[in-house]
Amino acid sequence: MIKLQQVTHQFNNASSLAFDDWTIRAQEQWLLLGASGSGKTTLLHIIAGLLKPERGTVSINETPIYALSAKNLDQFRGRNIGVIFQRPHLIKSLTVLENLILAQRLAGFNKDHKRIKQVLDSLNIAEKEGVYPSDLSQGQQQRVSIARAVINRPIILIADEPTSSLDDQHTHIVMDLLKAQSESNKAVLLVATHDKRMKDSFTHRHELT
Amino acid sequence: MSPLKISWKSILSKPLSSALNILLVAFGAGILTVLLLASSQVIEKLNNNSKGIDLVIGAKGSPLQLILSSIYYIDFPTGNISLAEAEKVIHHPWVKRAVPLALGDNYHGIRIVGTDTNFVKLYALKVSKGRFWERDFEVTIGSKVAEEQQLSVGDHFYGAHGLTGSKDIHKDHAYHVAGILEQQNNVTDHLILTNIASVWRMHDHKDEIHDQHHQEEKEITTVLIQYRSPMAVVLFPRLVNQSTNLQTASPAAESTRLFSLIGVGLDTLQWFAMLIMLIAAISVFVNLYNSLKERSYDLAIMRVLGASRMKLFLIVIMEGMMISFTGALLGIALGHVLLEWIGLYQDSSHTKLSGFFIIPEEGWLIFGGLAIGFCASIIPALQAYKTNISMILAKN
Repeated sequence: MIKLQQVTHQFNNASSLAFDDWTIRAQEQWLLLGASGSGKTTLLHIIAGLLKPERGTVSINETPIYALSAKNLDQFRGRNIGVIFQRPHLIKSLTVLENLILAQRLAGFNKDHKRIKQVLDSLNIAEKEGVYPSDLSQGQQQRVSIARAVINRPIILIADEPTSSLDDQHTHIVMDLLKAQSESNKAVLLVATHDKRMKDSFTHRHELT
Repeated sequence: MSPLKISWKSILSKPLSSALNILLVAFGAGILTVLLLASSQVIEKLNNNSKGIDLVIGAKGSPLQLILSSIYYIDFPTGNISLAEAEKVIHHPWVKRAVPLALGDNYHGIRIVGTDTNFVKLYALKVSKGRFWERDFEVTIGSKVAEEQQLSVGDHFYGAHGLTGSKDIHKDHAYHVAGILEQQNNVTDHLILTNIASVWRMHDHKDEIHDQHHQEEKEITTVLIQYRSPMAVVLFPRLVNQSTNLQTASPAAESTRLFSLIGVGLDTLQWFAMLIMLIAAISVFVNLYNSLKERSYDLAIMRVLGASRMKLFLIVIMEGMMISFTGALLGIALGHVLLEWIGLYQDSSHTKLSGFFIIPEEGWLIFGGLAIGFCASIIPALQAYKTNISMILAKN
């Protein structure tokens, strides 16, 4: 499903980072562990098609993604990869509904209101459709950002430190949501964290040194 | 959720700075609209009124004054000339048509013009009601005069001495409205026409008391000349100057001179308007450039969601162009309203400016507005295009 082979990234300050080969099968849920500065975010960006590595190949569903043209890679990412960031980062000038329509349209799909309703329902924020992000609580915003990541039924759901700013209770809620969403959308879940609280909830672990 | 809508939403999300930029563009475009509309209307009116008139002959004085008083009826005449002296030149073979004018009286500020049927032919006048003047003290009035003074065929009124004011009224003879002219959209809409003898007789009564001999030398104010051949353009004025004591003035030359005098002021205003537009462009640029820092994360997220570089470029460039386009449209509308408003406060009715008037140059104004928006947003748009998403997302 996802295959990393001999991936090396070169930083601006000329130091380079070689990553171990890594194979992820469909619908697996992985935890990416490592101290801060070990390259978690870099690796996630490489897998998400946001950062072209110096060497090596990244294949998703047998497609070597960095062989795609820039435009096709953008489209591929929009359609197949959902990304959740540490903070929600919704577009402030758009309502919740518009943020989700934007995600559908930018990926090249038609607007699908039924799907939006379904996803918002599954996250218990159906009534927030017409609200602007600034009027939502941090937790609600995080849910919307999860909705945005899964709206196009991606094959990979990537989360970068999704819980680092949350307390224990919310950490559990968010992790449960992520797992439930990736299961219901039949997506691979890939969570990068240095958060020890989450260690035990995943069977697959990939550690960076 | 097209790029257009995203740009529009982004404009709406910062209403104050967007409104300021739109107003700046609108202000510049508005001034330019007023200048364009006013100058094109003035030129059109000048040309429309002097159509077919090649030369004006009158008393010595300022040639510009001669043109203003006998073609546009806005200044005072330079004085009177003797009919006998004028007769010396107006029968020359180069002259196709000579229209004598006797000015001197008014009715509520409207000039009463003593003339003959050549005037009717020169302006190709037609009556809409009644007929042309035939006997003494019969008048045919312009369409606007009938409308504004509520005069109709058969009415009587008294003229007043002078070109303005109604203190010294000629009570001896009343004018009788014989007809009303069709609307011509030139100065004739605002005139009262009669024969020259009426003007003479109106003043003869007084002259009998003061000066019995005056009747001998009949006077008129000016003669409008239409040439038969182009050769006359150079030679006829020279002939008049040599053989008589009269003054000649060419409407074309004097209009050009008048415009070169006003032109300096117009140019200054035009540069001023351009400067405002330039400031507007800089303001749009600064705004987009600054907001790009805040929005860089938004734009990076859009890239994550599948937007191409080109799409981000379009989103930013459209934001600038929408602001300047809205501003240009608003400015043009404001310009029209302003000009109509100026027109309401103008006292001389036949030089009135109108806001209900569209010229092709306004299309260029809209195009100019779009171009300003494009220029102001090209650098921010290129930056959005070149955004390194991974770096922005990693900064967090």
